[in-house]
Amino acid sequence: MCGIVGLYLKNKALENQLGELFEPMLIAMTDRGPDSAGFAIYGDEVPEGSIKLTLRHANEDYDWAGLAGKLKHELNVGVEWFNNSKVAIFKIATSDGIAEAFITENAPDVLILSAGQSIEILKEVGLPVNIAKTFNLKGMKGSHIIGHTRMATESAVTMEGSHPFSTGMDLCLVHNGSLSNHNRLRQELQREGIVFETENDSEVAAGYLTWRLKQGDTLNEALTNSLKDLDGFFTFTVGTRDGFAVMRDPIACKPAVMAETDDYVAMASEYQALTTLPGIENAKIWEPEAATIYVWERSSETGVK
Amino acid sequence: MKTINLAESTVRDLNQALHDQAIECTEREWEVLEPKGQHNIACGLDQNISVDIKGPTGYFCAGMNKKAHITIHGNAGQGVAENMMSGSVRVKGNASQAAGATAHGGLLVIEGDAGARCGISMKGVDIVVKGSVGHMSCFMGQAGSLVVCGDAGDALGDSLYETHIYVKGEVKSLGADCIAKEMRDEHIEELSELLNRAGVDEDVTAFKRYGTARQLYNFKVDNTAAY
Repeated sequence: MCGIVGLYLKNKALENQLGELFEPMLIAMTDRGPDSAGFAIYGDEVPEGSIKLTLRHANEDYDWAGLAGKLKHELNVGVEWFNNSKVAIFKIATSDGIAEAFITENAPDVLILSAGQSIEILKEVGLPVNIAKTFNLKGMKGSHIIGHTRMATESAVTMEGSHPFSTGMDLCLVHNGSLSNHNRLRQELQREGIVFETENDSEVAAGYLTWRLKQGDTLNEALTNSLKDLDGFFTFTVGTRDGFAVMRDPIACKPAVMAETDDYVAMASEYQALTTLPGIENAKIWEPEAATIYVWERSSETGVK
Repeated sequence: MKTINLAESTVRDLNQALHDQAIECTEREWEVLEPKGQHNIACGLDQNISVDIKGPTGYFCAGMNKKAHITIHGNAGQGVAENMMSGSVRVKGNASQAAGATAHGGLLVIEGDAGARCGISMKGVDIVVKGSVGHMSCFMGQAGSLVVCGDAGDALGDSLYETHIYVKGEVKSLGADCIAKEMRDEHIEELSELLNRAGVDEDVTAFKRYGTARQLYNFKVDNTAAY
């Protein structure tokens, strides 16, 4: 099992309450995933030409100021940063990949959890309620957020194996299900230059999307191709800079339910996770169809593409 | 009438109170408030009582029902009325996948749409859906009837045994060994009775009947060469 939740705000007035609305959704999915939890939140964008990185170090007292200082001096770029538990958000005034390369080379024990203009990924091992508290989810603001509660089946319970997985700039994936061809597919993707941190099957799905997008696919094309190339069962929610996408495998055995009002679009593995949302009693509620891609984005708020 | 609010009581307490009615029936009418999508509400009942659930339910609501009459005033999650033996279950909203799975008897009415695999492996239940049903509905259905007033998704009646299927709208595709069949007088009669029991007003002549071609029943002697 595993639980997935997503909330995309149509009404900008609610953006200050994103974390507050989302926290009970994540915690409601504890029964489906008590091992680990995580979420990707979008908002607080850096301007074009800058990059925002979510960095993590195993040691909570890691010298983030030292790393920021090195980046400033050696790359001669502006760096703003703050840290939250074991994670730090770095906003760096360069976007050509040199900051990531510098960190990989000079701070190899720092993990880059996400990169983009908007995305921040926060995840840990433990009960969803504890993870929400650790990162002060309740106080977070943003335009949209997707989250995951994990009950591990295919790989160990580790922070690295928890979701969301980054799949490229401002993109991430959460998965409920299990893939049967992930070992072979991982080997093929490694030959294509995709790097994996774990033995996790969902990371392979994320790596697959990263690879397709690098090949020039749009998100829709990448998801359509994944229906052919991924064997197993899955409900995916993919976070994008402007919104999120939901897709279930052709058999659709993993659950998903969606709700839409004038204020928001929400998705969850189970309706229980939606009951705390305002106006849910009168929301339009439905199950996404098998092998159908649903996308909500700021540019096209019409739903199905 | 006895009212239980699930914001104050647990599902286990509710179910225990309902199960106790099988030993001695002290209350015929029950009302359940604030179900909020919780799982296993009103499962395993075994008494001729009525239960009104005022809101959406989670998985397996009214599962294994015997004799009781349960109404869900909202949407139902996966496996509503799964393995029902008798009595009736009515869903005022939509039902998720595997509604009425493996059910042996009784009547399941879904006033909205049902998701995938509605009536999977059904063994005698009668299911009436006012809306549409999803893919693989009636998969391996063995007995009973499925009435769909809307459309049916892919692979309707795949690997069907003897369930009777009536669909008014479009069937996206038929599953293996499921074929369209002639509507004879006895089928018009059966369908009228099912719609009547479900309280659904539809023109029986607008329905088509589907059933098994009985080609998957026995081992085919032509295949002996495979061994």
